[in-house]
Amino acid sequence: MELDGDFLLPLIFAGLMGVSILIYVILDGFDLGIGILSLFADDAEKDTMVAAIGPFWDANETWLVLSIGLLLVAFPIAHGIILTALYLPVFVLLVGLILRGIAFDFRSKVSAKSKKVWNRLFFVGSLMAALSQGYMLGIYVLGLDLAIASMAFAALVALCLAASYGAVGAAWLIYKTEGKLQEKAVSWMRACLALTALGMVLISLATPFASGRIFDKWFTMPEIFYLMPLPIVTAAVFVGLWLLVARLPRADDRFALVPFLGMGVIFSLGFAGLAYSFYPYVVPDRLTIYDASSAPESLLIILAGTVFVLPAIGGYTILAYRIFGGKATELKYD
Amino acid sequence: MSTEMDALILSRIQFAANISFHILFPTITIALGWVLLFFKWRYSRTGDDAWMKAYFFWVKVFALSFALGVVSGITMSFQFGTNWPGFMETVGNIAGPLLAYEVLTAFFLEAVFLGIMLFGFSRVSNFIHSLATFLVAFGTTMSAFWIIALNSWMHTPQGFEMRDGVAHATDWLAIVFNPSMPYRLVHMLLASGLTVAFLIAGLSALRWLYGDRSEQMYKALRTGVYMAAVLIPLQIFAGDMHGLNTLEHQPQKVAAMEANWETQGHAPLILFAIPDEETRENHYEIGVPGGASLILKHHLDGVVPGLNDFVAEDGTAEHPPVLPLFVSFRVMVGIGMLMLAVSWAAGWMLWRKDDINRPMAFILAGMAFSGWVATLAGWYTTEIGRQPWLVSGVIKTADAVAPVPGSHVGLTLATYLALYAVLIVTYLTVLYKLAVRAHHSNLEQDSDPRDDTMTMGKAAGGALAAGE
Ligand code: HDD
Ligand code: HEM
Ligand code: HEM
Repeated sequence: MELDGDFLLPLIFAGLMGVSILIYVILDGFDLGIGILSLFADDAEKDTMVAAIGPFWDANETWLVLSIGLLLVAFPIAHGIILTALYLPVFVLLVGLILRGIAFDFRSKVSAKSKKVWNRLFFVGSLMAALSQGYMLGIYVLGLDLAIASMAFAALVALCLAASYGAVGAAWLIYKTEGKLQEKAVSWMRACLALTALGMVLISLATPFASGRIFDKWFTMPEIFYLMPLPIVTAAVFVGLWLLVARLPRADDRFALVPFLGMGVIFSLGFAGLAYSFYPYVVPDRLTIYDASSAPESLLIILAGTVFVLPAIGGYTILAYRIFGGKATELKYD
Repeated sequence: MSTEMDALILSRIQFAANISFHILFPTITIALGWVLLFFKWRYSRTGDDAWMKAYFFWVKVFALSFALGVVSGITMSFQFGTNWPGFMETVGNIAGPLLAYEVLTAFFLEAVFLGIMLFGFSRVSNFIHSLATFLVAFGTTMSAFWIIALNSWMHTPQGFEMRDGVAHATDWLAIVFNPSMPYRLVHMLLASGLTVAFLIAGLSALRWLYGDRSEQMYKALRTGVYMAAVLIPLQIFAGDMHGLNTLEHQPQKVAAMEANWETQGHAPLILFAIPDEETRENHYEIGVPGGASLILKHHLDGVVPGLNDFVAEDGTAEHPPVLPLFVSFRVMVGIGMLMLAVSWAAGWMLWRKDDINRPMAFILAGMAFSGWVATLAGWYTTEIGRQPWLVSGVIKTADAVAPVPGSHVGLTLATYLALYAVLIVTYLTVLYKLAVRAHHSNLEQDSDPRDDTMTMGKAAGGALAAGE
């Protein structure tokens, strides 16, 4: 095929969307994970946990808006098909995000008694959002199939994705906290890692069997050799993390950021696997990115803006993380 | 068929409910960001602590409103796909880039610098903190710019051509700066300014009623009242211009707003009536002769278009529903006039006596959320006035609805409504408590330590200080 706009633009936008989803999953993953883990923390610890994500969560969530925006903009037909098929889980996601977002803000402005309620809602909202995302991933992987068996599978994926968010959340806490909470985070992380591994194995087993096309893509010669490094590296990172986390925290707090980076690598690898399997489809086995894409002139005008704006966003995001670097301390307006 | 109809009606109600809930909060954050920047600027110039105290009080209101704006906005961005797939399939080539630019140039800016603005005061220099405040305010305004551009294009589309039933952009400048866009943007930004002005004046008056006489309360009160007094004449003027623009591009909308059935000169300005679409006439009409002609044509004998010009051969109406437009337009304009009277009276009082009295404090507190009502009424006028079109002349609302079962939409709608009701009540309660509490923590600083309110003040003050 020729490398013209009709070929390149959908590819670029699929790439942008993928990157944006990946960043979302890692960044809001730790927010949602911490929300879920907050159930197991005492009141003082909850304050610290919220402080560890306070300045960031809103910006993290914006990557979801960008992802869904890019889907809408670049592949409008797919956007319609996917979101109407996932109507109810999307709704659960939205209610979860609403609860999480406002609980966050209200809990610091109300009496001690109501604060308990908002803390609970913070947990519930985070859990709803994480579960619904996992559920949608499960349904999507099976080609938007809504049979009972698919739903059961999706429910299992939902649990595993929530656990993997717990793992990133715990990893972030290992980096941002100290003392007893940090030790707790270490044990949370190990528990969640095990479930995360299970989830990745499940999805890897299900994808090729749900689609003959993907099966062929995986298990033919020479392709299988291109693909092999993915599971091998992923497994290695899992084992490495498992062993490292058992030895944390160290007295000098070295390697505290490594678990989080490790989780980032794991998510990226898993994501790469999915992208490889589904390309060129945006609605599995039904609609390719080329059939679904918008008019090139519209995509070009967005691309022009993106090229300038995305680096700027990256720049000021890093700035914000630096300003709020180090161990989490109490968040104050003044 | 009937479930399809249900899904359409329910989807429309759901969309209207969600956007109505959403717009309440942007209306506050857009202008409040700039007011906060003003407080900081005054503080930097005068070194007067009261400005900073006013800032710290209002930044909490900002944070709450922002959080609600963000979470309801996320709902909005999913709605296009879940409920109106036909919208993006037909005009996605136009709407898409505008929405994308909003995310890229506005949402990220707001969201990233919000953290620094809210929690960074003690971590960065005063200048960087002011810069962050500026960028957040700028971001919210940019966001209004893009979304209003899109919304205005839906009313007065241009700069595109249809190919195989899909709109393709031909001229982006024409799309963004479509004929109604400047009017709508100005009118909306002023609406936001007025909403915030009355909110600030109202909550300050509430504190005044609770006995708060602190300098920070007065500073906020004056800011709110003077701001309102300056903005409202501008808004009335802008609204008038907006109406003339609409008359040119969507005459059937103006005819419905005025409940004017026949095209006529010397058309009356109707103060009260019950328009009836069955009989196509007004009941109990009270009008000022020639008033509508005067306002719309700036001439007593100007000819004003009537609704009967917009009826198809077979008798079906091709104009928007009359009663809701007629009523919501009057609610908006009525509140605008009330705002003029109240803000000038209060401004005069503040200017002459440097204080307000009890009745005025009650009035201001009562009008704290009048901006919300006017804004919603204005949007209802605009949006219902576009029906039955979703994009004027391009796609009808009924053709864009999703093939989702009505029962699903019904379920989600009911949950949204319940959730929104709880959220609004909580939001208002928290604002009220913040205001009362701010007063008590003032007392704590300058009054008799044995005062009864002390313990309350301390507990509350402590909670605020630990305020995260
Ligand atoms: C006149 C202004 C205006 C209007 C008509 C709308 N919005 Fe809005 N929106 C804003 C002004 C705004 C804002 C001021 O920029 C907000 C409010 C609080 C905030 O964080 O940004 C916002 C937030 C906001 C967010 C969250 C952004 C974030 O994460 O920071 C989304 C996704 C949307 N909006 C989407 C929409 C959609 C799809 C709309 C129409 C159908 C819409 N908004 C109408
Ligand atoms: C922010 C303030 C807004 C408010 C309060 C508002 C309110 C409303 C209302 C009440 C309706 C229902 C009209 C009817 O069904 O008779 C409506 C329709 C609609 N509006 Fe808006 N709107 C706003 C902004 C926007 C924007 C910015 C967009 C698009 C970018 C938009 C897109 C639509 C669409 C798609 C419909 C058709 C669905 C329907 O008829 O319910 N609106 N709006
Ligand atoms: C008092 C004089 C006012 C006049 C003459 C006026 C006029 C108008 C007109 C003609 C429209 C419909 C535009 C269209 O879609 O064709 C409109 C819409 C609107 N009005 Fe007003 N208005 C006034 C006061 C206010 C006030 C006080 C507020 C809020 C504080 C407000 C907020 C809005 C909003 C938010 C809209 C919808 C967005 C838009 O189309 O601009 N208006 N106004």
